[in-house]
Amino acid sequence: MENLFIDISEKKVFEVEKIRKDFPILSRLIHGKNLVYFDNAATTQKPRQVIDSIQNYYVNLNSNIHRGVHYLSEAATKEYECTRKIIQNFINAKHLEEIIYTRGTTESINLVASSYGFANFKKDDEILISAMEHHSNIVPWQIICQHTGAKLKVIPMNDDGEIILEEFDNMLNEKTKFVSVVHVSNSLGTINPIKYIIDKAHNFNIPVMVDAAQSIQHLKIDVQQLDCDFLAFSGHKIYGPTGIGILYGKKKYLIEMPPYQGGGDMIMSVSFEKTIYNELPYKFEAGTPNIAGVIGLGVAIRYINNIGIEAINNFENELLSYATNLLSDMKGLKIIGTAKDKTSVISFIIDNAHPHDVGTILDRDGVAVRTGHHCTEPVMRRFNIPATTRASFSFYNTFYEIDVLAKSLKKVINLFN
Amino acid sequence: MISELDELYKQVILDHNKNPRNFGVLENPTSHAKGHNPLCGDQLDLYLVIEDGIIKDVKFNGSGCAISKASASIMTSIIKGKTIEEAKQLFEHFHNLVTSDPEAEIDVSDLGKLEVFCGVREFPSRIKCASLPWHTLAQALNENGYSDLISTEV
Repeated sequence: MENLFIDISEKKVFEVEKIRKDFPILSRLIHGKNLVYFDNAATTQKPRQVIDSIQNYYVNLNSNIHRGVHYLSEAATKEYECTRKIIQNFINAKHLEEIIYTRGTTESINLVASSYGFANFKKDDEILISAMEHHSNIVPWQIICQHTGAKLKVIPMNDDGEIILEEFDNMLNEKTKFVSVVHVSNSLGTINPIKYIIDKAHNFNIPVMVDAAQSIQHLKIDVQQLDCDFLAFSGHKIYGPTGIGILYGKKKYLIEMPPYQGGGDMIMSVSFEKTIYNELPYKFEAGTPNIAGVIGLGVAIRYINNIGIEAINNFENELLSYATNLLSDMKGLKIIGTAKDKTSVISFIIDNAHPHDVGTILDRDGVAVRTGHHCTEPVMRRFNIPATTRASFSFYNTFYEIDVLAKSLKKVINLFN
Repeated sequence: MISELDELYKQVILDHNKNPRNFGVLENPTSHAKGHNPLCGDQLDLYLVIEDGIIKDVKFNGSGCAISKASASIMTSIIKGKTIEEAKQLFEHFHNLVTSDPEAEIDVSDLGKLEVFCGVREFPSRIKCASLPWHTLAQALNENGYSDLISTEV
């Protein structure tokens, strides 16, 4: 990994300029200024390799998979299934059929809530989630609770935005039937001690689902080492296309779970009397899927592997600490989410300046940030604020870009104070 | 040349944001409506005392960005003492202003203080912020049968 760094002055610098050339959008101008893209937690930009692979699919391979005996169908099926192997290796799943293609993290969670939940939850069972969940790891469980009479329980967090583990320990009991927790908070950046949570839950034989939407692009994930029972992530947050995501599930659960959607491809045989479902993973993949998206995701993961997720994580941590130092020194600016373990996400508020005004002013300097509640309204309520401004960094961002952000924020502070 | 940003954050808007007029709660309103912009979390409570078809008193409360707060402050300032009919007209003027093409010439003669919101047209994502108080007003008037303003958000 050493050779990925070159010494410039005293600071070790990732070969970021070289990497930036792979991302066409990074060279465009916004309002006449260089784009500074700090909305990576919402979606990441795509390298040319991913964009080309999608185009190549439609130009050279387009056909339906798992159906034709003709050349194109076979070639497309091969590419499509190749990504499954790439994902299996990327998260170190034991079996290939434990990798299920979905539309994204949201659909992955809905699949588990709906399929596992309907089959297993009863009245007064308890489902645990944390106080920092994205709406997509709250609402599917609420829906299933409404139908089954199970109860949703929320593990609280402290003022730094960290799960209070003692509370979690105390909440586990014989009524607890499922735990679904976010690995990294999208609005706070907190890295949750997911291994601890999984091990504790397993002491009670409770399955655990990990929402990895905000961790997969930053941290090395090994599902066998974590021993999580389900894990979900989205392609577009890891430099792949939108509309494609992954559900990892342990085979022993997936085999028992009923289908989530019915249709083509998920069946072995159909008659009006009885349908025999297809084997894993196809049982959960009804209908013609997002073939180009799957192929693009495979290329994105290969791209990440070439740089190395550890090298990415190291550089992003440098960006985070540089930005944290710079922003902490600004008068009237307060960082929300000060956990000890964080990914490269900084949420903040500024005295007398609403995040939407901050976002508009930054935008005119070419700086793209997210403003609002980040689909985590309960987190905003916990901190008693309506919204935050969030800057989230990727390995293609630079220290200089953080300076641009800081300069633009000074403009905001001057305007409203 | 004045930048589009300066056009949006005019001194008047910044002043109303910092020192909003008619900010607070009316204890015994004859009309009350809640405005909410789920996109940005802006929340607004609008209280009106209407007697004999005249808006005798008005206050607003809530949290929001500079644009929505200034808009609520200016709106409450100019509708106080006006008849329902006059308030409806102002709603129409404001609505026409913020939904007009940014390049289009506008007749400012009817707008009065509302002219400061011309700059919002350049910022499509912020038009809802400016119009939230007005839609809340329309809702308050409609619910009490005072008017039939269309409160569909722009």
